[in-house]
Parts: sequence; C-alpha cells; structure tokens
Amino acid sequence: MEPIYVPFREANSFYRNLYDLFAEWSFWGVSPIPDWLAYFLAGFLIVFTVVNTVVIVTTIGTWVERRLIGRFQSRVGPNRWGPWGLATPIADAVKLLSKEDTRPEGVDGWVFNLAPLVFIVSPLLVFAVIPFGEGTYIANLNIGILFIIAVTTAPTIAMFMAGWASGNRYSLFGAMRGVAQLVSYEVPMVLSIVGVLLLSGSLSLVDIVEAQRIPFIVLQPLGFFIFLLAISAEMNRSPFDIVEADSELVAGFHTEYSGMKWGTFQLAEFIAPFGAAAIITTLFLKGWDGPLLPSHLWFFGKVCFVWFVLLWIRATLPRLRVDQIMALAWKFLFPLGILNLFITAAQVLVWEDPTTGQLWIMAGINWAVAIACLVGVSQLMSDKLSTRAPLAPVPVKGARGLREVR
Amino acid sequence: MYGLGIAKGLSVTFRNLFRKPSTIQYPEEAVPQAPRFRGEEFAWYEERCTGCASCAKFCPLGIIKIVTHPGGIDVQEGQSYAIDVFDIDLGRCMFCGLCVEACPYDALFMGSGFERSTYRRDDLVIPIDELRQAEKHPSTWFRPQLEAKEYRPQTGQPLSWEEVGR
Repeated sequence: MEPIYVPFREANSFYRNLYDLFAEWSFWGVSPIPDWLAYFLAGFLIVFTVVNTVVIVTTIGTWVERRLIGRFQSRVGPNRWGPWGLATPIADAVKLLSKEDTRPEGVDGWVFNLAPLVFIVSPLLVFAVIPFGEGTYIANLNIGILFIIAVTTAPTIAMFMAGWASGNRYSLFGAMRGVAQLVSYEVPMVLSIVGVLLLSGSLSLVDIVEAQRIPFIVLQPLGFFIFLLAISAEMNRSPFDIVEADSELVAGFHTEYSGMKWGTFQLAEFIAPFGAAAIITTLFLKGWDGPLLPSHLWFFGKVCFVWFVLLWIRATLPRLRVDQIMALAWKFLFPLGILNLFITAAQVLVWEDPTTGQLWIMAGINWAVAIACLVGVSQLMSDKLSTRAPLAPVPVKGARGLREVR
Repeated sequence: MYGLGIAKGLSVTFRNLFRKPSTIQYPEEAVPQAPRFRGEEFAWYEERCTGCASCAKFCPLGIIKIVTHPGGIDVQEGQSYAIDVFDIDLGRCMFCGLCVEACPYDALFMGSGFERSTYRRDDLVIPIDELRQAEKHPSTWFRPQLEAKEYRPQTGQPLSWEEVGR
C-alpha cells in the first residue's frame, strides 16, 4: 500500500522514525496499525510530548522565576513547600483547581469561558515550528517566522475577549491597553525580523538556523535590541506590563477570573517567555548549533540563558506609563528599525554571497551603527521620552481664599 | 547619557544575586527585640498587688477589670485587699503602658511577647488564672531596677516577685 503523502514526513527524521515504528509493527505477520492511524499516532505522540514538556518545564520555571526574582530583589522567594520550596508549583496547582470558579453577574458567558483557552493555545503553538535540535522539530513550515508573528499576536484577541466579556471597566481598560501596545510593538518587531530574513534568505526557522555562519546577534545588534524590547512588550512583562498594572487596574483583563481559568491565564503568561526565548535563540543565537555538546542541550542552554536575561530585565525595571510606552515604540524603535532594515538591505545588495571575512566587516559596520544610533537617538529623544514637567499651579482669577468665604 | 540608569539598575539587581538575602525567616529566627519592648501577656505579681486598682483607673480604654474584697495579705503593706477578678482585654489594649506607670507597688509589668493571635476576640481577654500561672518575663519598660540588673526578658529566666522589686 502506498503511504499517505505527508509533507513533514520527508524532512523530519524524528517523525519519520516514529511513523515507521508504528506502520511497520507487525503482529504474527499482520500489521494491525493502518497507515492513517500510524500517521495520526506518531503526530499525536510528538505533539503530546512537546506540549507537556513545555508545560512541565514552565511549571518548574514558575518556581525558578519566583526564586530568582526574590534573589534579584534581595528576598528569598517561595521556600515553604518541599525542599527549597520546590513543591510550590504543586501547591499552587492544587489551590487553583480546588478554588471556586466565580462568574460575575452580567458576563458574556461563552466569550468569558473561551478566552483562557484561546489565550493558552498561542504560546504553545510557537513551539510547533521551533527547531529544538538538529532535525528535531514538529513542522518545518516554509513560512515559519510568519506563523510565529501571527501566533504571538493571537493572545491579544483572547485578552480583548476576556476584557470585553468580563463587563468590568478595569478589565476593559487592561484589554484596550494591551491591544494598543501590541499594535505599536508589532511594527518594530517585524522590522527587526526582516533584517534577519534578508540575511538568511528564508522564512523557515530551520533554514534560518542553518544560514547562521555567525550568530545573527553579531550581525544584527540593533535588530536584536529592537526585537528584545518588542518581544518583552508583546509578553506584557514588567517594564511593559501596563496591561495588568496591579497598582492601577486591579489585574487588568483577568480581574474577574478565578480558579483554574485564572490559572490558565497565568500559565500562558509563564509559557510566553520560554517561547520568546526560543524565538530569540533561533533567530539571533544560532539556534541549536554549538560545538561539543549535543544540539538539544545547546538549544536548551541558550533558551535558559535568554529566559534568564528576560527575567533579569523584568526583575529590575519598573513599569512605564502608557504614553511613554507608545513614545518608545513609535519615536524610538520604529525609526531605528527602518534604519536597520535599510542598512541590512544595502549590505545584502553589495555582498550577494558574502564570505566569512565580509560577514565580519558587515558585523563591524552594524555594531558601529547600532552604538551610534542608540547613543545618538537616546540623547535626542531624552527630553521627549521623559515626562513633561509637572504643571505649575495657575492662580484662578476671582477665586477666593478660605478666609474670604463666609 | 540617557539609558545609563537602566544599565546601573541591572547591575544592582545582578549583584543582589550574590548577596545574602535580607529576609529574616520569622518563625525560625526572629529580630532581636529591645528589653523595653511593651508586649502582651502582662507580668502580674499577686504577692505584690494590693488591689488598689490604680491600673484600672489609669487605663485610657478601661479594659482592666478588677474586683476585690477586704481581707487579703500583701507582702509590702500587710493587710490589704484580696483580688477576685483581674482581667485584661488585650483585644482593645493599645500597649501604652500607663497601667504599669500607675502601679505604686511594682506589681504590674509589661510583657515581652507579640504572638498572641487568636480566632476569636474573647480569647484575647487574659483572665486572672492565666496571669497567675504564666511564666513571668517582665519587660524592663518603666522599671529601672530591672534595667539596672540588665535583665533581658526575651532570653532571661522568669523572675519571681522577690526579684522584681525596687
């Protein structure tokens, strides 16, 4: 029997091995698993493994994150449950699952219940196209990076669903802020990605990793900087966490959620940095490639490092105001992104098929440009980015002081 | 330069990683307290108390309830009142220490504890039996004779009525 045509099957050795295992398994000369079932089983097993690995790593990650943020801020962090507080995620999960699932009056039921599901699907989908190691990936999409842009944008819809359906002003404010922030930061993010695409000549993440003779962070320092800022804005993490802003909006779009629905939101928000770290590793840090150690270990190490840097930024910087965030996106990152794109395009035009030496020249030029731009533009922008001076009180004509009022 | 502050902040938080956390793990370890701490569980010495009820009169909140009858014996004054009821309602106490200041016979002392949390307000009333039986770690607040002895209520031995007098 001719096997079903499977587009990923040809490229992905990991998948092919599993598929063959199922399809060719015979039992007294009969092979009980039909072709389509083997196809399904192999795919399901891989996806199941990846999704659960991501969720488990994230669960441990919540503990590491809280401990590390504690240490960053000269605290201890959760340390009550289990040795060094290691059982804290379990305690959290038990608590969330056993909590009452409240539903305020006047919510839009369907949308309200659907929002957490939509919210958690997209950070998980990012891992569908990330190459975890040499030849290990779920799918080698030829539009991989486009898929990632689309998928990282999707939580905004869920955010708005949650904010709108809650029937609460704070939720709606948070959702509106989230949408505004995403629309602003999507532009510099895509501009910085285009620089990488010009250099690699492919949209597939597998090809991008293989195209990096030198890690693209060396060739695209400005692009990396913009991407780092933009992706942390998309994740709504600390310098850009106006969406949740505990001190202004109660908890932003998930104010009205409780129990495991709230937990789903939190889980998705903890998965997002891992996804972001994986994207940054793939695009800028040469993905799984590295000497000596196996490729999966390299990938994991790099992801953990980037995750640590994101966490470090989160632990340090205080929240920006809404107008400051918008100013940063449109006045600072957007022009720099355009400049980076033009310079990279010119370089790709001049050196069509660059040797390694020419790549290093390119890197030198780009680093000079990046430092000059960051220093120069930040000097120029400093008064515009920072706040206006607080308004001095203006005496009101005809207003009377307390003494005159009788 | 604009943005340099971010780098400085990042370096501060990074250095924090290698410092000892400033947290004190409270139930296991505690902040050292001053010996003059005005805490709960008043140290009351029935032997020294004459039942004059100065403490009850001076209490701004009127939370000390004292009932006496004639015929008690006091070590300092000889014949005095016997005390039937001596209740302190800690739920409304603000630990000003005026009762201790008012006591003419050094019979009442502030305590040194702070961990008497309960589920019900009624449990915050200290009845006379509890005051009688409690281990007495008097605070040195307004009691110079204890301070002269360099008594440490948190770590020192419980004191009997002979040791606390002037």
